[in-house]
Amino acid sequence: MIVLEKRPQPSKAWSYATPLVAVIATMIFGGILFALLGKNPVEAIGTIFWEPLFGEFAFYYRPQLLVKGAPLVLIAIGLSLGFRAGIWNIGAEGQYIMGAIFGAGAGLAFYPLDAWYIFPIMVLAGAFGGWLWAMIPAFLKVRFGTNEILVSLMLVYVAEQFLASVSLGLLKNPEGFGFPGSRNLQSYESAHNAELIAGSGMHWGVVAAFIAVIFSYVLLNRHMLGFHIRLTGEAPRAAKFAGVNPARLILFCLGISGALAGLAGMFEVTGPSGQVSIDFNVGYGFTAIIVAFLGRLHPVGILLAGGLMALTYIGGEIAQSQLGLPAAAIQVFQGMLLFFLLAFDLLTNYRIRAARSEVA
Amino acid sequence: MDLGEINPVLLVASLMVAATPLLLAAIGELVVEKAGVLNLGVEGMMIIGAISGFAISVETGSPWLGFIAAAIGGAILSLLFVLLTQVALANQVASGLALTLFGLGFSALLGQSYVGVKPPSMGEINIPFISDIPVIGPILFQHDPILYLGIALIAAVWAVLKYTRIGLILRAVGENHDAAHALGYKVIKIRIMAIMFGGACAGLGGAYISLIRVPQWTEGMTAGVGWIALALVVFASWKPWRVLLGAYLFGGITVLQLNLQAAGVAIPVEYLAMSPYIITILVLVILSADKSSAPASLGRIFHASH
Repeated sequence: MIVLEKRPQPSKAWSYATPLVAVIATMIFGGILFALLGKNPVEAIGTIFWEPLFGEFAFYYRPQLLVKGAPLVLIAIGLSLGFRAGIWNIGAEGQYIMGAIFGAGAGLAFYPLDAWYIFPIMVLAGAFGGWLWAMIPAFLKVRFGTNEILVSLMLVYVAEQFLASVSLGLLKNPEGFGFPGSRNLQSYESAHNAELIAGSGMHWGVVAAFIAVIFSYVLLNRHMLGFHIRLTGEAPRAAKFAGVNPARLILFCLGISGALAGLAGMFEVTGPSGQVSIDFNVGYGFTAIIVAFLGRLHPVGILLAGGLMALTYIGGEIAQSQLGLPAAAIQVFQGMLLFFLLAFDLLTNYRIRAARSEVA
Repeated sequence: MDLGEINPVLLVASLMVAATPLLLAAIGELVVEKAGVLNLGVEGMMIIGAISGFAISVETGSPWLGFIAAAIGGAILSLLFVLLTQVALANQVASGLALTLFGLGFSALLGQSYVGVKPPSMGEINIPFISDIPVIGPILFQHDPILYLGIALIAAVWAVLKYTRIGLILRAVGENHDAAHALGYKVIKIRIMAIMFGGACAGLGGAYISLIRVPQWTEGMTAGVGWIALALVVFASWKPWRVLLGAYLFGGITVLQLNLQAAGVAIPVEYLAMSPYIITILVLVILSADKSSAPASLGRIFHASH
């Protein structure tokens, strides 16, 4: 009989090793899944993980890594702060949408004016939109004790409907021949989040993601507020005695994750995506949850995890066009990763021992 | 706009149909939470139930086999949650999210060849004379069998929790797992059974959407019903009959807003479509003041160290 014995302290070695073990396990089981779908598993895994980085067309795919990774990292950094303190914002998708709508809306309000200050205003508006949307669950939790998980999630569906409403109404391109969707921001220079170095994939969202990583690292390691976040997650009772103000923590964690998700949406809509449209959001807000856990809620880990997840997106698209792998298979692949990660985390906190007999 | 076109009898009858998926998923989750486990993967188990039920009933031509397959599918997916939370002792919130993300992806993969296919119809029961009574007939006696099964399930869960030994043990495990363990009850085993029951119920609820309510298969077709079911358990303060009440209330809102859309009310369609979600939030706010009826061990990890 095998029993689990709680470690006196979480194992450092395993806490670094579990993401790697989980990735390997996902590759094995993902390979089995691909084989069941009638694809050559080695070829499929190779296409997903190798092709974007070192394949023939890597010069095209490598910049995409930044484009896809930036929103994931930006959102996941915000989520990780709350997750550490046991504050579960799972409505990042909604905040991402609202950030995009607010950001694009602010820019379009100036159309066709050409001025340097338009883009900064849009950045602020985007962050504000996401922040505002996250403040709804935050305020309700602080004031009424309402469950933030359910409220933030419900607001995703509300935001999706709102997105449909504005792309058909308020923000619709007046010169769009009646098609839904806003003006293309890529052709409005003052509002365009262009590549900083042509062909590199580097846009302001990527810069913001790197800044967020550094900011979060400093906050968690060098700042009282970061210490309180960690303390609340690891020892809630001790946090209470230390005088941590839970309301302030909730408002901060939800607010910052909302603002970052809003920024991600705003940079996406003004850059790679270009316009507000009904199907603008592609689930970054949910994938970012996987990124946050895969990165062990640590800023540097999230940066690496964001890169890996971006790789599966790009590699998945290549596998889709070259091998005919269904798009949903990649979604399953990403879901599996979170599964294995949570399962192998057992080894961080527990030791597996052989025991003589069962007591209960 | 013509509100006169809305037929109140049909409205009530379709409200009951709209409420059934919610009701099935919520009563399952209620049992799970009564056992002290918070499974946020309801949405994932529902969508898996929706596709497995749809696929099997299309392949076999029997909606009954479809519903059985849906219950099994939901229960199998919930076994993954068991593996994570009861065996690997992982965080229940994160595991539930994982279940939903995985379920949404996996169902899309399974359902690729079923888009646009029409499932076999289950048919409504029709009792001569009784089903033809005006007003009462269409409301009470002209539905599919699963709708009645849902109501029966509510009654059964209520009776089991209140009057039987198994119900008492289940509640003990949910209120204080250490005490239940000390009394010699197998906490983990009881929780596994509860989680699988919840999975089967969610699967049935999902299949009800894809086989009866809509009836067709589209990706992500549960559209948050699983999450509303979770809110409904809170709304019902963990009492089975209130789940019924709540489900009919939400079903009513859904049907009413659809009817208003069809009647061409001056409110834009998108705002009407938002309303069930916004009302869920409002209800949560109103009811969140009272947490006294929540099972005391809800969401806590149990590990027998001695």
